[in-house]
Amino acid sequence: MPKLTIDGIEIEVEPGTSILQACEQLGIEIPRFCYHERLSVPANCRMCLVEMERAPKPVASCAMPCGDGMVVRTNSETVLKARKGVMEFLLINHPLDCPICDQGGECDLQDQAMAYGFDRGRYGENKRAVNDKYMGPVIKTIMTRCIHCTRCIRFINEVAGVPDVGAVYRGEHMEITTFVEKAIGSELSGNLADVCPVGALTHKPYAFTARPWELRKTETIDVLDAVGSNIRVDARGPEVMRVLPRVNDDINEEWLNDKSRYSYDGLKRQRLDRPYIRQNGKLVPASWAEAFTAIAARLKGLPGNRIAAISGDLADVEAQFALKELLSRLGSANLDCRQDGARFDTSVRAGYLFNSGIAGIEKADVILLVGTNPRWEGTLVNARIRKRYLAGGVTIASIGEQRDLTYPYSVIGTGPETLQQLVDGSHPFAETLRAAKNPMIIVGMGAFQRADGLAVQAAARLVGEAYGMFRDDWNGFNVLHTAAARVGGIEAGFLPGEGGRDVHGILDGASKGEIDVVYLLGADEIDTAKLGNAFVVYQGHHGDAGAHRADVILPGAAYTEKNAVYVNTEGRPQLARLAVFPPGEAREDWKIVRALSEVLGTTLPFDTHGQLRQRLMAANPIFGAIGEMTPAAWAPFGAQGPLDAAPFVTPITNFYMTDPISRASVTMANCTEALVGPAQERTGTHG
Amino acid sequence: MAFLDRAARSLFLTELLGGMALTLRYMFKPKVTINYPYEKGPISSRFRGEHVLRRYANGEERCIACKLCEAVCPALAITIEAEPRDDGSRRTTRYDIDMTKCIYCGLCQEACPVDAVVMGPNFEFSTESREELFYNKQKLLANGDRWEAEIAQNLAAEAPYR
Repeated sequence: MPKLTIDGIEIEVEPGTSILQACEQLGIEIPRFCYHERLSVPANCRMCLVEMERAPKPVASCAMPCGDGMVVRTNSETVLKARKGVMEFLLINHPLDCPICDQGGECDLQDQAMAYGFDRGRYGENKRAVNDKYMGPVIKTIMTRCIHCTRCIRFINEVAGVPDVGAVYRGEHMEITTFVEKAIGSELSGNLADVCPVGALTHKPYAFTARPWELRKTETIDVLDAVGSNIRVDARGPEVMRVLPRVNDDINEEWLNDKSRYSYDGLKRQRLDRPYIRQNGKLVPASWAEAFTAIAARLKGLPGNRIAAISGDLADVEAQFALKELLSRLGSANLDCRQDGARFDTSVRAGYLFNSGIAGIEKADVILLVGTNPRWEGTLVNARIRKRYLAGGVTIASIGEQRDLTYPYSVIGTGPETLQQLVDGSHPFAETLRAAKNPMIIVGMGAFQRADGLAVQAAARLVGEAYGMFRDDWNGFNVLHTAAARVGGIEAGFLPGEGGRDVHGILDGASKGEIDVVYLLGADEIDTAKLGNAFVVYQGHHGDAGAHRADVILPGAAYTEKNAVYVNTEGRPQLARLAVFPPGEAREDWKIVRALSEVLGTTLPFDTHGQLRQRLMAANPIFGAIGEMTPAAWAPFGAQGPLDAAPFVTPITNFYMTDPISRASVTMANCTEALVGPAQERTGTHG
Repeated sequence: MAFLDRAARSLFLTELLGGMALTLRYMFKPKVTINYPYEKGPISSRFRGEHVLRRYANGEERCIACKLCEAVCPALAITIEAEPRDDGSRRTTRYDIDMTKCIYCGLCQEACPVDAVVMGPNFEFSTESREELFYNKQKLLANGDRWEAEIAQNLAAEAPYR
């Protein structure tokens, strides 16, 4: 352990720590542009120069490892002068367009020029000008502002794993470019604008719309996939202006995928802002009282087994719990939170959770993907697998489709029979698994959204058991969900009760006329044609498929508009917080259910959010441990049965449009056009 | 004696005559009042009157929606919304000044990096209703067109001191 002295303070650090990191441990601020703690160290901005005894000139602290007996000074005359000089050189070619720059107010260069720079310019020549580059529908470029820190190149090559950005020419003529005029083919491209220390790369949808100082910042979580990334929602007045990632090393580190980041404009379109009732085939605006009365009239005298409820991908735990309570009071056990029709055993927690945790991926040495395309189903899980791949010493294999996952892996099979072969050890990959210390299996919804889902789950469990994935210190059985509401719904018990129907049974029953009332809690991904003549109540925030079919619409709140609990795929409950108020007459979802219960004459026993939370915690103690993963005990799950030979297919056909919010978003439509579908398949000979 | 003195002064109306003499003296002096609104007093080139939004000589509006005036305004009288214009430049879609809130401190014109928002020499903008004092971008630009000559002169006069 090297021991060194920084500004007269002695510190002992881990071998390999750079001087800059040691300074950070001491709380000494070192200005920097190119150094980023999650990227490699190029040491090309020279802003972090410090003075070191016995060194002939100032050293770049980000790239200099601490050595024993070093004496470093970070605030001497030489250092201040060096910083001033570096800053002056950087500003030679940086345009003075801060007033029209979107980075203005949160710009590293602006801040550091104020703190460490010279107070006037001495440069009178012409400045360099660079043509702007096209980088796709979400990244706006103003390349004249670039200071060549190469953070973007390192991010896209290292973290995103899509080598679409690089630099051409040398020295002053260096330009950051996408080589050929094309959109960056990464789901993480929005992070480029975050890592850019200046305004060269900015968010296109946010362009010129707001300034950082006028935004109200709310720390919340993302629900557009099941990863549960931590985000900060910046709002001005009643409008969400942008979404930024927050640091959470257990989940998203400090990255965020493009869908979660840019689909916020969908929160302003297609919104349901008042109740509607269908009259003579047309939806007519109504008051809350009228809507509730209409539902009560239809439910009157109906036996419980003719009532059903399905919850959607964005439903929060409170609403699902309240609706479950209401349905059980109405005598119905027909409820399901798996609107995608996935079949898996929910009796054992370990059977449906990402047990190792997303951070646990970094400990795995063999990763087997089953029926999943993590790049689209959980982009940040995929980024974590890539991080694991970059660390070296890992074998990654997949059973399912061949996709570009940004890291090399082998496809060892296409369907459940490969799992069977792994169980009995006849597959060549069995050797690799047997040799592994921490083997991991990641099962996606593509493996469960089949008639033999339960059998696939059992087969995956047997693979886990056969290769030591369930140990006291390691649980490598992971399920990657695609919807933020799913695990929360299961934990809250929004599942078919005794003798109740699951989502297949509900839809079958509705089309056969055995079910008269279906309550959709934001469920839009179901086949609404199968609802037959059932009376459909839709509670949600967007006018999507479910609302089109509905007989009564109850406007709810989107995830930025309510305080609610969501549980991510790891089984980690997290709080979404209210950033803006729901539009018009829309209300928080649990309140709607509570109000409806009163009209139905079976008032639910909670009046406040606090009371509801108390009941939730009483029903399932995991809801008391906000932000923490409660380890799941292992027990046999799944059901042995015949396996279908059909190959696994990923359930997501378009990453950018998976839910009502992203379907309503213009930015996501632009991304779809640029990055998914026919545009990608052009070969260059298409005229 | 004092009684006699007072009585004599009252009897001979000395105070009245003194006052009338003063009045008479002023009748022959030059007048200090002006015939407002037909005549107006001089105002400083630093005078902070009604706000205007200026244009460049080619007709392009100066304001680039940097929102510094909105940020600096101590009375929160300025409201700005912006988005990219069709040609990709940064422009306001809304620039409102609530003249009833404004305290005429002049910080907005100090903050403006392009001399777009300037407090002009006009102080005669009283209205019959409160609503008329909620200026929008159109009104401010029209003000700018109307007062450009005077404002340009004032800015030129002040340039050495800024």
